[in-house]
Amino acid sequence: MNLIESHDLTLAYDGVVAAEHVNFTLAEGDYLCVVGENGSGKSTLLKAVTGEVKPASGLLSVSPELKKHGIGYLPQISKIQRDFPASVREVVLSGCVRGDGWGFLWTRTAQKRAADAMDMLGVTDLAQKTLGSLSGGQRQRVLLARAMCASDRLLLLDEPVTGLDPEAVHGMYEAIRRINRERGCAVMMVSHDVSCALREAAHVLSLCRGHSFYGTVDGYRRHERLDDAADDALHRHGGDHPQTAPHYVEEKGAIL
Amino acid sequence: MTFGEILSSPFLLRVIGRALTVGILVSLCSAVLGVSLVLKRYSMIGDGLSHVGFLGIALASCAGVGSLYSMEISIPVVILASVLILRLSQNDGRLNGDAACAVVSTGAVAVGTLMYNLTGGRAGDICSSLFGSASVVTISDKDMVISLILSAVVIGWFLLSFKTIFAVTFDETFAHAAGIRTNVFGLILSVLTGITIVVGMKMMGSIMISAIIIFPALTAMRLTGNFRRTVILSAAISVICFIVGFFAACLLSLQTGAAVVTVNLAVFCAVYGIAWIAGKIKQKRTA
Repeated sequence: MNLIESHDLTLAYDGVVAAEHVNFTLAEGDYLCVVGENGSGKSTLLKAVTGEVKPASGLLSVSPELKKHGIGYLPQISKIQRDFPASVREVVLSGCVRGDGWGFLWTRTAQKRAADAMDMLGVTDLAQKTLGSLSGGQRQRVLLARAMCASDRLLLLDEPVTGLDPEAVHGMYEAIRRINRERGCAVMMVSHDVSCALREAAHVLSLCRGHSFYGTVDGYRRHERLDDAADDALHRHGGDHPQTAPHYVEEKGAIL
Repeated sequence: MTFGEILSSPFLLRVIGRALTVGILVSLCSAVLGVSLVLKRYSMIGDGLSHVGFLGIALASCAGVGSLYSMEISIPVVILASVLILRLSQNDGRLNGDAACAVVSTGAVAVGTLMYNLTGGRAGDICSSLFGSASVVTISDKDMVISLILSAVVIGWFLLSFKTIFAVTFDETFAHAAGIRTNVFGLILSVLTGITIVVGMKMMGSIMISAIIIFPALTAMRLTGNFRRTVILSAAISVICFIVGFFAACLLSLQTGAAVVTVNLAVFCAVYGIAWIAGKIKQKRTA
């Protein structure tokens, strides 16, 4: 079953078109990596999936199940206040906010869910520490645990490894892989790191003005080779880039 | 005035008891709401709405109902202003939150002052609206009933929605993705802040009322790294500072608002000072 479907989607932010002609689907348990240059609309696409940004045109369909159960979201590291007075346990528990009902105290179910998530991501020992006292890698693992508590269907990750050291990057990718494979949770990850995206993801959505691509990792590699060859040919003949390049949609290994 | 005089006079006991109850309840509400406002970088909303409260009192004065029915006019005005500030700051990002607050608050003070001028209002009326009433006698039974209802709503909302309040305060984008209606939360927070400001303004004044929203929260944040404890500490600090400031004002014939804010300021400076010294000592030990 598809969790998200997008057809000829155009997104605008503050009146400026951020991404256009975006086509992709995200199935249950899928791992989709969204790549593209700065300003290509990657983060805006995540905001559109959460409902924060409305599509300017086209179709973006989010399954009713996701709307009912919520989505686990991991923001960019810079968006979190480091001086916020909150313990790691409180932050992870806040992921259970949707289903835990009213009240001042968290239910046992929420506490168990948070404990499991912290255990899986190896942050149980940090439970009483404040978020500001953690390293970048530890903080991202805590926020990933919170996202896990929010949803076991879909995680939206907005550049989860930006600004982390290589060891922390490795740890984060491994944790995301485990959540995807062991729990069957679909992942939609925005990243600048194309090589890691190709290693980790099953599908790639590359956003470029008038030149978007969606397909499998192998399809993306073929597409990039074709693009490089076209660029070489243009340079050899002294020609300009076309104003409107073809729009590629590749599914199940076949370029349509 | 001495403690002996207060205790021996049934009239003084009643008046001071009423003012003390209103003050404690308003301090409690403002401190609890203040934690979310400060952490969400909405401190200026409290300040902006207090200036709108001044416009409400000016409107009541123009309507000839004076201080008797000022709340009936001020509360709807402040609620409208809080909705306006939120809409201005959220819609398409045309104005950021600070700019929206500045536009609404300075506009409200200017229009309120002109209203006083045009309707022959006295300078004393403007002074008591801005700096608070010089006497606690002006706090009525109606003020006490409204503050009791307000505090029941604020504390009730906080206790019932504590988990949502934390999630939205910490990370609004995440809470929205998880399925929380964050815009409703923002509206409730600013409307309750507006009503708290109107209820507390008579005693504290429109200029200083925002201080009891901001100071206790900032002081508590310095003392603990846990959100639940921050809220509880903020409420405790606010109530204790109010009681100390209130009695200092009564016994030394000072303005209540100014005395309460000064006590809050002193506690804030003391806590920050001690934390700074403790940090330096820790640095030296680890070096």
